[in-house]
Amino acid sequence: MSKAIIEHSVASETFNKDEPYVDWHDETLWFVRQKRDKSSKLLPEWEQLRETASGIKNYVLSHMDELLIAFEQKAKENGIHIHWAADAAEHNEIVLNLLKQNNIDKMVKSKSMLTEECHMNEFLSKSGIEVIDTDLGERIVQLRNEPPSHIVLPAIHLKKKDIGDLFHEHLGTEAGATDPQYLTEAARQHLRDKFLTRRAALTGVNFAIAETGGFVVSTNEGNADMGAHLADIHIASMGFEKIIPKQKDLAVFLRLLARSATGQPITTYSSHFKKPREGQEMHIIIVDNGRTTQLGRADFRNSLKCIRCGACMNTCPVYRRSGGHSYHNAVAGPIGSILAPNLDMTKNADLPFASTLCGSCSNVCPVKIDIHDQLYKWRQVLVKGGHVPQAKELGIKAMSVVLSQPRFYQWSGRLGRSLMRTIPFVVNNGMNPWFKQREMPEPPKESFRDWYIRNRKE
Amino acid sequence: MTSREKILQQIKLNKPAETPFPETTRFDSLYENTEEKFIETLTAIYTEVIVVKDLAELARKADELYASVANRATTIPALSNWADFSLNNPDPHALELIEIAILQAEFGVAENGAIWISDAHLPHRALPFITQNLAFVIPRKAIVNNMHDAYERLTETTGWGCFISGPSKTADIEQSLVIGAHGARSLVIFLLEEA
Ligand code: SF4
Repeated sequence: MSKAIIEHSVASETFNKDEPYVDWHDETLWFVRQKRDKSSKLLPEWEQLRETASGIKNYVLSHMDELLIAFEQKAKENGIHIHWAADAAEHNEIVLNLLKQNNIDKMVKSKSMLTEECHMNEFLSKSGIEVIDTDLGERIVQLRNEPPSHIVLPAIHLKKKDIGDLFHEHLGTEAGATDPQYLTEAARQHLRDKFLTRRAALTGVNFAIAETGGFVVSTNEGNADMGAHLADIHIASMGFEKIIPKQKDLAVFLRLLARSATGQPITTYSSHFKKPREGQEMHIIIVDNGRTTQLGRADFRNSLKCIRCGACMNTCPVYRRSGGHSYHNAVAGPIGSILAPNLDMTKNADLPFASTLCGSCSNVCPVKIDIHDQLYKWRQVLVKGGHVPQAKELGIKAMSVVLSQPRFYQWSGRLGRSLMRTIPFVVNNGMNPWFKQREMPEPPKESFRDWYIRNRKE
Repeated sequence: MTSREKILQQIKLNKPAETPFPETTRFDSLYENTEEKFIETLTAIYTEVIVVKDLAELARKADELYASVANRATTIPALSNWADFSLNNPDPHALELIEIAILQAEFGVAENGAIWISDAHLPHRALPFITQNLAFVIPRKAIVNNMHDAYERLTETTGWGCFISGPSKTADIEQSLVIGAHGARSLVIFLLEEA
């Protein structure tokens, strides 16, 4: 994207200006997280399922090339065309060429975070291709000209009123209407017309199966199916890490995916595509775009196990109070903050710092990615590589001076405590980032160290 | 070098050391009564389950439920008199007029209320999505415990198949659940006692 990037801390500061709105955002996502908890507790084997999913994905990482070759061969036998794209640009070119060859200038698309990562819509529209997003949330953000703010709940940052106003302007709904049922119906009619008239459909891929050469797409609305089954040509875009060995492994992943995402026992539609229907063309684009590099980074390769459930975002105290757009990356939240620096360390150096490292993300992740450990490791890589803004770097350096010299540590602690007691405005002001959204604690009269020495003597 | 070769070569170079496949990948869900669990799960996701004794009762129920509805389609021979919409048109776009489709499905899953449907029993893949309202008929005996059991049944898959669990839905507007996004606005399951 050509737009200048606003750092996460700055963007979240703007987001935080409207306090009731932030509270609402926070609570809405927390509610989704609670639904995940309830749902997971209904399965006694939940933890074993996570362990198994993680194990299968570890196997996948270490057999990636063989699995992809097997998948390609099977898919070809099934009559599917396979394309390989080294990067976003190549992916976009392949899509454009397929459309041009078929004289198509309008396409429907169901949710695909990969095409967001590749900025495909933008690219295609410059080439005169109209792309309509068909997932309701995606369509909403598309009409607003903004990217999704969450990988599962693209319009989670918007209120009914925002959507009512938007639909009034674009779909001709009544002014001031905010009833979700009414607004959804308007979108249904609007999109049905697109489904019935578009000759090309693009979908994402949730899982690709080496054993069968088929792939699975999960939705709640049925939009991927509506698009694909009515179009003459179906293009499916997948990051290569979406591969799994056997069809029966889907049992493990489909049991985990929706429960982790929204608390549903399974998404409404889990569509298994294996062969094109008669008279239809089916294409799969297997995309790298930095994934091979990530696979080579021992500390970060586990991020490729992600099944995009969004649970880590829903639980993250920073995401909930800063909003998806503050991450300036197709995938926001904790997992996005691991994936983004792999794509561009300089542009995304701020993201691994947008975390409290509380570990909640790692605790909910259905494939047991060590998310918070990876965020911690990225920080060190980024500081060492000189990608971190000076202020942050100075802070970290000062911290390491203080922490490495016990006498200095004791002295600065004593100074801090007495300052906070005698002249509290030194710390209780807007200059101190710790004061934002919090009250500073009452300082203790003595340090733990002093207390410990005194008590041991007694 | 093509992108394919480049990607595969890079993967080979960069992938971690061999990790074995996990030993256990399936789990048993033991429900006292699989059918009860199936019905309970479906009811929670806005789906009505109707137990019918035989095909004659199914036909009677279908008449009763959809008496005033035009554009009825079915894949079940015993309901051919009930249907007034032919599925013989090769163009799936023609299906947009269908108000209710009663379709043969293969089996259901108790743990999540998912019904497996495939093009083994469908003249058009678009049919279960494009119809305004949807009903499935499955034999009462065809309910498995969980997804592991489901995939054990699914060794012979056709060109396309889908687990469908409830009517089409969305919660994209302030997390309020709305039934009927793009696909079917309602779902009814007929459990057939004697197949
Ligand atoms: S990292 Fe884990 S929790 Fe986050 S989206 Fe991916 S699979 Fe879900």
